[in-house]
This record gives sequence, structure tokens and C-alpha cells, in this order.
Amino acid sequence: MVCSDLATIFIIRLMEATLRIATPLIFAAIGTTFSERSGVMNIGVEGMMLLGAFSAVAISYYTNDAWLGLLAAIFVGAFFGLLLAWSSISLKFNQIVAGVAINLLGVGIPNYLLIALWNKPGFSPLVDSLSPIEIPLLSNLPIIGSLFSSQNILTYLALLLSIIAQIILFKTPLGLRIRSVGEHPLAADTAGINVYALRYSCVIFSGLMAGLAGASLSIGQLSFFSKQMTQGRGFIALGAMIFGKWTPLGSLGASLLFGFADALQFSLQAIGVPIPSNLLMATPYVLTLIVLAGFVGVAKAPAAVGRPYLKGESQ
Amino acid sequence: MTIFFDKIVKILQKGAKSRSWLNGLLMFLASTIVGLLFAAILIWLSGKDVELAYYSLIYGSLGNVFNLSEMLMRTTPLLFSGLAVALAFHCGLFNIGVEGQLIIGGLVAGWAGYAIHGLPWIIHFPLCLLLGMCSGALWGLLAGILKAWRGVHEVISTIMLNYIAFCLTNFLVSSGGPLKAEGQLPATPFILESARLPHLIPGTRFSGSIFLALLAAFFVDYLLWKTRLGYHIRVVGKNPFAAEFGGISPRFTIIYTMLLSGGLAGLAGAVEVLGLHYRFYGAFSPGYGFDAIAIALMGNLHPFGVLLASLLFGILRVGSTQMQLTANVSQDIVYAISGVIIFFTGLRGIFDSLVSKLGSLKKRKVFNGL
Repeated sequence: MVCSDLATIFIIRLMEATLRIATPLIFAAIGTTFSERSGVMNIGVEGMMLLGAFSAVAISYYTNDAWLGLLAAIFVGAFFGLLLAWSSISLKFNQIVAGVAINLLGVGIPNYLLIALWNKPGFSPLVDSLSPIEIPLLSNLPIIGSLFSSQNILTYLALLLSIIAQIILFKTPLGLRIRSVGEHPLAADTAGINVYALRYSCVIFSGLMAGLAGASLSIGQLSFFSKQMTQGRGFIALGAMIFGKWTPLGSLGASLLFGFADALQFSLQAIGVPIPSNLLMATPYVLTLIVLAGFVGVAKAPAAVGRPYLKGESQ
Repeated sequence: MTIFFDKIVKILQKGAKSRSWLNGLLMFLASTIVGLLFAAILIWLSGKDVELAYYSLIYGSLGNVFNLSEMLMRTTPLLFSGLAVALAFHCGLFNIGVEGQLIIGGLVAGWAGYAIHGLPWIIHFPLCLLLGMCSGALWGLLAGILKAWRGVHEVISTIMLNYIAFCLTNFLVSSGGPLKAEGQLPATPFILESARLPHLIPGTRFSGSIFLALLAAFFVDYLLWKTRLGYHIRVVGKNPFAAEFGGISPRFTIIYTMLLSGGLAGLAGAVEVLGLHYRFYGAFSPGYGFDAIAIALMGNLHPFGVLLASLLFGILRVGSTQMQLTANVSQDIVYAISGVIIFFTGLRGIFDSLVSKLGSLKKRKVFNGL
């Protein structure tokens, strides 16, 4: 009996950790899903996450209000989304080039500001963070109740958004337009759809979501910013999007899988499984490769992804 | 006045069309200056001394023989890995996995450096270099196979392979790992004298490995534009369907490209171990493979552009340490600088189209005048 109780606690903790780790991935992956579906590759999501994470902490520090920090992260993310949209849609930059440039700005600017604002090279000071929220009825459930009382609002928002996003993308006229712009912009343009406006909005949306993802790391899970704190999560989110075959629910599933593998690795280490921790840490990545190679098969990107659209010229 | 304007447009058009090396060089210098100006504004805004910051940046990388040699030693792995990224780009592959490939290359070179005994330098050193290169190539090949036969996007497979490489090498050299030397550091034992590229200038760590990297740059240039494989790589990069119609197998071209790209990355790790640290230790690379992406783009994917960009990055990275010490400006401002430079490298296409538009505008006016 005691043993099964411990097992239950272990599993509940595991699920909590899975959700926590997956949250930023879900946001970022859904955002990039929209941008790629509209035909623009967003390699810059890593940089946008860092910029979002930093601005959330900075504003929360100066206003003592984590909510304003969250808002700032959204705005900054959207701003860099706009920058990517402008350079890749209007100026017709190579989208990878523009994305890499944003990633570099995402490393450079926050680290520069860490010293300029607080004279600290590695970490920001501690700031107010978002507190966990209890969901009224669900948190009273017997065993899994704690799942609905231990997370901050962003986790619930991420779960909700992935469902809404799926509906928008596949069940509404707007979603159809977005997908048509990404598959065949010329045909969409002929049918009277404003290709540029849709692409702009989708890329800005992906920046906004990346900002949210960053904030969920810095003021959601922690309460400070540290140098390069995303540690490649933006790229993992891109992986989750591809893994999820460019759909919001697929991205959710893939993010949860990453989160689960990561959480499992932490928990196994905590209970002292006699496998070297470094090898355990590799499991999520090995797992992903095997799944991708064996089960998912050939994933197909939207046809026009990566190509700027020139109005009035046949592609 | 109009004649003058005409002349300027003609000169600009000529420059944009010819795409000569001079044109590329000017563009590179111009975008570098813009990047440095941008950083100067940031430094000035935070109330720091711009002059002191840039003086220490330059002094820290070029000021004396020691700093200069540090800069060249830093440039070496950046050049190798920048070439690796650029080569893959020519085939339409975005190899984010250079970091993992160079770590594996460094590990194997380091292992061969101490585990293989009794060989003279003339055999041992090239052998270690070769093993490092091959292991990097094989690590790249994994992503190539997944891409060519399973359609797994190289961006995700190489990211996963990066993490697997970090975990694997950390396991091997951390406490309890099979390759760990005695002592506190998570590192392999020192490599034998016969595997080292010796320090050439007393008092510095300069071992001449930069010359190997220069050779690699010439090799990539020759490969891409003077060989059949290079032609295949470029055709597949431009249009895989057209390549297939032309009898070029995109699959095998992808495989060859990933082998070559991974091999260059493996060399980056190997020279770092054989020519600088003389042992492999966990986290020996401060993200060379990621800097390499920026370098390849800054160099406009041309091997000699990559050479220039890696020199610039070497100067910025080594000098910025000094800058942080003396002027209290974050050394990571270098990344902001390179981000701006890359944006402006991207502007080159716009510049070209602007110039050609100006020209056609002029023609139309003349026509109307008639």
C-alpha cells in the first residue's frame, strides 16, 4: 500500500514536471506552426524567446508587477516578429539569414543589458514572478487534483491555446486562408486573399508566442533571467513543430513528449537510478530521433515555406 | 547633372552585376562598420566609454604578439566550422549540428592522441587528425542518412545529435567515465608529444593550425567551383528536382555533403585538441559550431568570405574579453554586432535590385522623352 502511494506521488510529480517543462515549448511551437503554415520560416524563435524572457524580468523588476512583465514580453516578442516579417516578407531577405540575425541579437542585447542595467554579468536580480493558480473544481479531484493547483496561468493558457489554434487553423476560413498562402501564394492572391497581410500577422503572432514562451521560463518557472537561459529550447520547439507535422495539436503532443522525457530523466536521477546521469540526459533526444526515423516517416512542410512572394510574378 | 547621375548608376550597376570579390569585400566592410557603429551607440547609451571599449577590443586581439596569436588560434576552429556550415548551405542543408560534430571529432582526436603509442610524429599526428575528421564526418552522416532516406528534417536531427554528443562526451570524461584522467577536471589524459602540433612562437600558444584551416578554405573553394561533386552540390541546393532530371542523385549528394561538412567540423574539434589544449575536456568548445552559422552567413557562404568573417569573429571574440575587463561592457555585445552585420549582408540583395530598378527607371524616362 505504501509502495503504491509512493508510486502515485512519483507519477503525479512526473506529470507536473512534464507540464512545466513543456509549457514554453508549446507556446513557441504553436507560434512557429502559424508562421510556417503561412510560408515564413521562423528560425529566430530562440532569440525572440530570450528577448521575451529578459524583458519580462526587466519590467517586472522596475514595476514590481509580474503581469506587466508578461505584457512586455508579448510586446517585445511581437516587435521582433514584426522585424522578421518586414525583413523576410517586404525586403525579401533569406528567411534563415533573418532568423539567425535575430537569434544573435537575442543573445547580444539581453547580455549587454544585464551589465548595463544591473552590472551583473550572469544573472539578473530576483523579481516578482507569476504565482501558481488553482482551478476551482478540478483542483479538488482526489489524486490528480494537485496537477490543477501547482501550475501558473501560462501552463493552462498553453493547453487551451493549442486547442483553439487547431480549430482556427483547420476549421475556420481564416485557417484555410493561412494554409493556402503557405501552400500556393499566387493562387491565394488570385482568389483575393491578401498574402502579405496574412503572412505579416502570422509571423508577428509567432513572435508574440515566442515572447510568451520566454516569459514562461523567466517569470513563470523561475524569477530571474540568466545568460542564454533558453538553452536551445527555441530549436527544440522547432523540432516539436516538425515532429507534430505542422499542426498545433501535434506540436502539443511533441512538446509534451519532450517535457516527459526530460522530467523522467530528472526524476530517475532524483530517486538514484544507477545509470550515469549524463546518459540519462540523452534519452529524450535519442527517443526523438528514433521516433522520427521509425514512425513519423516523411514529414512535408508547407510548399511555399522559405520563399518570399513577389506580387504579380509567377513563381 | 543627369550625366553625372547616369554615370553613378552605371558604376553601381556594373559593381552589382559583376559580383567581383571587390564588391563583396566592400559590402562586408560596410556592414561591419554599421555593426560596430550600432554597438558604439549601445555602449554610449549605457554611459560607458566608447573609445576605451574599442581601444581595448582592438588591443585585446591585435595589440601584441600574445594577443595576436590568441586571436589566430581562436579563428582556426571558427574557420573550419564556418566552412562546414557554408558547404552544407550550398546543398540546401542547414547544418546546425556542427557543434556536435566538432565535439565528437575533438573527443576521438584526443583519445587517439593518448591511447595510441609508439608512433613517430609524422604518422601519429596526421592519424589523429584523420580520425577526428572521420568521426565528425560519421556524426554528420547520421543526419544525412536520416534526411536522405527517412525525410527527417536536418534541423531537428542535427539539434538532437548535438545534445546526444554533449551528453555522450560529458559521460565519457566525467567522474566514473571510461576516458577520464585522474584529477578534478572532466578531461581525458594529455595527448602524447607525438600527437601534438607544437607551439611555434615561445611565450604564446600559436601552433600554426591556422594554416591547416586556410588549406581547407582553398579546398572548399576548389571543390565547389572546380569539381563535378561541387557542381552536384550546388545544383541540388538550387533545385533538387532539376538535379534529378539531370541525372544527379539528390540522396547521394546529400550524403556526400554531410560527410564533407561533418568532416570539416571534426577537423575543427581535432585541431583545437591537438594544437591548443592538448587534451579533450567537456565543454572545450564555447559554441564554435553556433558561431559558425553566423560566420558562414556573414561571409555570404563563399569560402574566402568565411575566412574574412572568421577573422573578424576571432578579433571580436578575443578582444571582447579584454573589453569586458577594462570598459565593463558585456562581451556578448559581439553577438549583437554580428546580428546587425548579418542583417546588412542580407541587404545586399536589396541593394542590387534597387540599383537595377534605378537603371530601368532612367531608361523609361529616356524612352518617354523620345
